[in-house]
Amino acid sequence: MSHEAALHAHESHGHDDHGHHEHHDTFLTKYVFSQDHKMIAKQFLITGMVWAVLGGLMSVLFRLQLGYPEASFPWLESILGKWAKGGQITPEAYYALVTTHGTVLVFFVLTAGLSGTFANFLIPLQIGARDMASPFMNMLSYWFFFAASIVMLSSMFVETGPFSGGWTAYPPLSALGDASPGSKTGMDLWIIAMALFVVSSLLGGLNYIATILNMRTKGMSMTRLPLTIWALFFTAVLGVLSFPVLLSGFILLIFDRNFGTSFYLSDIYVNGVGALSNEGGSAILFQHLFWFLGHPEVYIILLPAMGMVSEIMSVNSRKPIFGYMAMLGSLFAIAVLAFLVWAHHMFVTGLNPFLGSVFVLLTLLIAVPSAIKVFNWLTTLWRGNIRFTPAMLFAIGFVSLFISGGLTGIWLGNAALDIHLHDSYFVIAHFHIVMGVASMFGMFAGVYHWFPKMYGRYLNNSLGYMHFWVTLAGAYLIFWPMHYEGLAGMPRRYYDFSIWESFKQFAELNRFISTVAMIVFAVQILFLLNFFYSIFKGRKVTTLNPWQANTLEWTTPINPGHGNWPGEIPEVHRWPYDYGKDGVDFTPQTTPVGEHESSH
Amino acid sequence: MSLYLSIAIIVLIFVVIFQIAKASEYVSILKGEEASRKQNNKINGFLMVVFLVLGFVGVYVCNEMLFSKTFLAREASSVQGEKVDQMLWITLIITGIVFIITQFLLFWFAYKYQENENRKVYFFAHSTKLELIWTAIPAITLTVLVVFGLRNWFYFTGDAPKEAMVVEVTGKQFGWIFRYPGKDAVFGKKYYKNIDPATNSVGIVWEDTYAQDDILTEQTMYVVKGKPVKLIIGSRDVVHDVGLTHFRLKMDAVPGIPTTMWFTPKFTTKEMREKTGNPNFTYEISCDQMCGNGHYSMKGVVEVVDQEEYDMWLAKQKPQYYTAFPDKDPEAAKAAATVAKDSTAKAATAKM
Repeated sequence: MSHEAALHAHESHGHDDHGHHEHHDTFLTKYVFSQDHKMIAKQFLITGMVWAVLGGLMSVLFRLQLGYPEASFPWLESILGKWAKGGQITPEAYYALVTTHGTVLVFFVLTAGLSGTFANFLIPLQIGARDMASPFMNMLSYWFFFAASIVMLSSMFVETGPFSGGWTAYPPLSALGDASPGSKTGMDLWIIAMALFVVSSLLGGLNYIATILNMRTKGMSMTRLPLTIWALFFTAVLGVLSFPVLLSGFILLIFDRNFGTSFYLSDIYVNGVGALSNEGGSAILFQHLFWFLGHPEVYIILLPAMGMVSEIMSVNSRKPIFGYMAMLGSLFAIAVLAFLVWAHHMFVTGLNPFLGSVFVLLTLLIAVPSAIKVFNWLTTLWRGNIRFTPAMLFAIGFVSLFISGGLTGIWLGNAALDIHLHDSYFVIAHFHIVMGVASMFGMFAGVYHWFPKMYGRYLNNSLGYMHFWVTLAGAYLIFWPMHYEGLAGMPRRYYDFSIWESFKQFAELNRFISTVAMIVFAVQILFLLNFFYSIFKGRKVTTLNPWQANTLEWTTPINPGHGNWPGEIPEVHRWPYDYGKDGVDFTPQTTPVGEHESSH
Repeated sequence: MSLYLSIAIIVLIFVVIFQIAKASEYVSILKGEEASRKQNNKINGFLMVVFLVLGFVGVYVCNEMLFSKTFLAREASSVQGEKVDQMLWITLIITGIVFIITQFLLFWFAYKYQENENRKVYFFAHSTKLELIWTAIPAITLTVLVVFGLRNWFYFTGDAPKEAMVVEVTGKQFGWIFRYPGKDAVFGKKYYKNIDPATNSVGIVWEDTYAQDDILTEQTMYVVKGKPVKLIIGSRDVVHDVGLTHFRLKMDAVPGIPTTMWFTPKFTTKEMREKTGNPNFTYEISCDQMCGNGHYSMKGVVEVVDQEEYDMWLAKQKPQYYTAFPDKDPEAAKAAATVAKDSTAKAATAKM
């Protein structure tokens, strides 16, 4: 069946896209409105990187306020104007920065930038297909993301400022322009941007699922897929099932904001305006709709990183990934449980205690498949022959961060503790380590590992090592102490702690954290320089298979054209993890099974 | 000027680092791929152990510096808080052990199994026994934590004892309003359209006779040491959260949907000042749910006092009804009566 699909794909490409590429490719069709999955992947990656820099810069700015609440920086005023009167960021600007940082990093960088890039790049290459099931839809997916980016960017330049009510956009704050200036035009643009984003991720996700299910090359059964592909598959399923719920939540919010409905509004008196006429709505309803996406979203961000880490670890340990089926099963378990734990973000909303207890149970259950993954990664390293490429270092860093951040999830998932730690810096530390930085590490690992395939050149190794060690140490220096702040009750999303007897004791620590954050940000700029420099001037790749890996992408030419393989698509005879089998360092998937070969 | 200078310095540093990195790349090409890979493996393998050691030292140092500032170092101020702290400790110990073991193995394996041409890798694809072990152990451990957690959860969210005093808490941008039921111990009805910021900040329905002895205060809530207090929590505008960090509890304040929370304070504010050695100590109420640009300044205070002091405080409070209708105030009426007897009567009829 997959053989036929592959043949069919080959034929159809021969008629349009593939042939098209060889004859008359203009700049516009090759670099802008490209339908080549590899080019679309690069578009996602570079757009994601632009957002990562902007989002990172925002965090540096608000860390400046947290670290130096009394200081004045005249240059800030010259950049930000009225948002930094007297050289100090205003509360309005602070909250806008925090909100935009969250939205951008979660959605634009770690969703579009991560799975947009690697699902596009790796799915056809690793399953042996010439392109996605629908290259046109794939192109649309990027351009919807681009449109979302433009709208989000423009929201930062409106008179009343961008949305400033937190990335979770809880109504009534997000519904009432009178309650916060950021909830005026800025919020309208925020919702439009997010709606476009949802469309983009749906177009992408449907395509990924269709491609993985239908377009595998001959011999590529589902259990011969690399774990990257499995992870990207579950990611796409999660996205397709949960993003529409978010969109529906946003649509109701638009109705409440603009058409006078009361889905989320009830019994509200706004200072300076008076009592509103809305009655009977529930602000908590939005939280349910939001977190029904919001929690799977965490795994939409994490799973691709897990998949890539599994692949990179196996390749660089020269050893099969330990427990392929267990890895697969735990991915599946995580994907299912992801839909059943959303209310653990809502333990303090007055949730029915019995319902709360069910969510505690299901939440802590996720720790089991997560633990399996960690132990399997550790066993993969055990008695391997490890090559420390920058990609491998970032993969190891990912596991370290995933352990650290995952364990604090056990604290927060227990409702009786959450009732104390909720919305404190403990939460900030937890999710930045486990979801933010860990996934970022997965993304870096992916970029370092597949850069040679993307551009036919290597990234600079020395810069890669430097990038890794500073970022790993920096991530821990920034977020580890935040656990202590959280254990002292310090709430998140505070502009200034100086009036609080209980929290001002951390002023010095905050300054330290801010300083480290700036250094870590600077090192990311170094990575960017490395990236763009190496695209044009990096050391050229001279062998087809620089990492000596088994997967199919390394059987393509060094600079594959549209269609990926110049001739026939190779046939697959084995799973992708035959490293060190029978004393042979590596056996690519395309190698037929020998007569006397042992089975794994 | 200094800004341009620092930018120039940063750019310079970048250029230097970049050039060094480029040079080292050329050196590695000259050395040959094999040789430079060996060297990189050695350096990074070594750094793995360094990071492991420095990491654990760092955790220790961080703990030395910060532990005393956290609540784990101090007794909780409520009966519920004690249970939270106990659970924090249990969870800390369990996750701490897992943390140390797994991080150690990760970095140690990375160091120990760095590439060595003499080593033959062990082709080890799966082991049902091992996988069962590390499915079962976390599952059992988590069951223990869940059971513990849920017992506390149902205790915290369960009904408050009958003898508990009741206070209604209302959040607004950006402050707290507290309502006490008065002598009849019953809150009067309220309706948000009656809200008048000057005289009726929570929208009490004055026609309700229960409402006429209700007491309103702002920013400071008085509660009694050792006596359970039940909070009925609401909001006037957006979602807020009553964060009682010293008591280890918090609960959202949602417009239109009342929530509740109860706790038993253990120490008076005065006792806490002595215990902490901080004369400025107050039990602060922090808003823990993003509520707008003044979120960070939405501070309230819980004043824990003993029964006697509480009774004295309560005796001094005047029902809000008399603030809304000064002419109904018997004391004001008495005072007014001595000045002009009929004007009071006139005003009263007009108001009715």
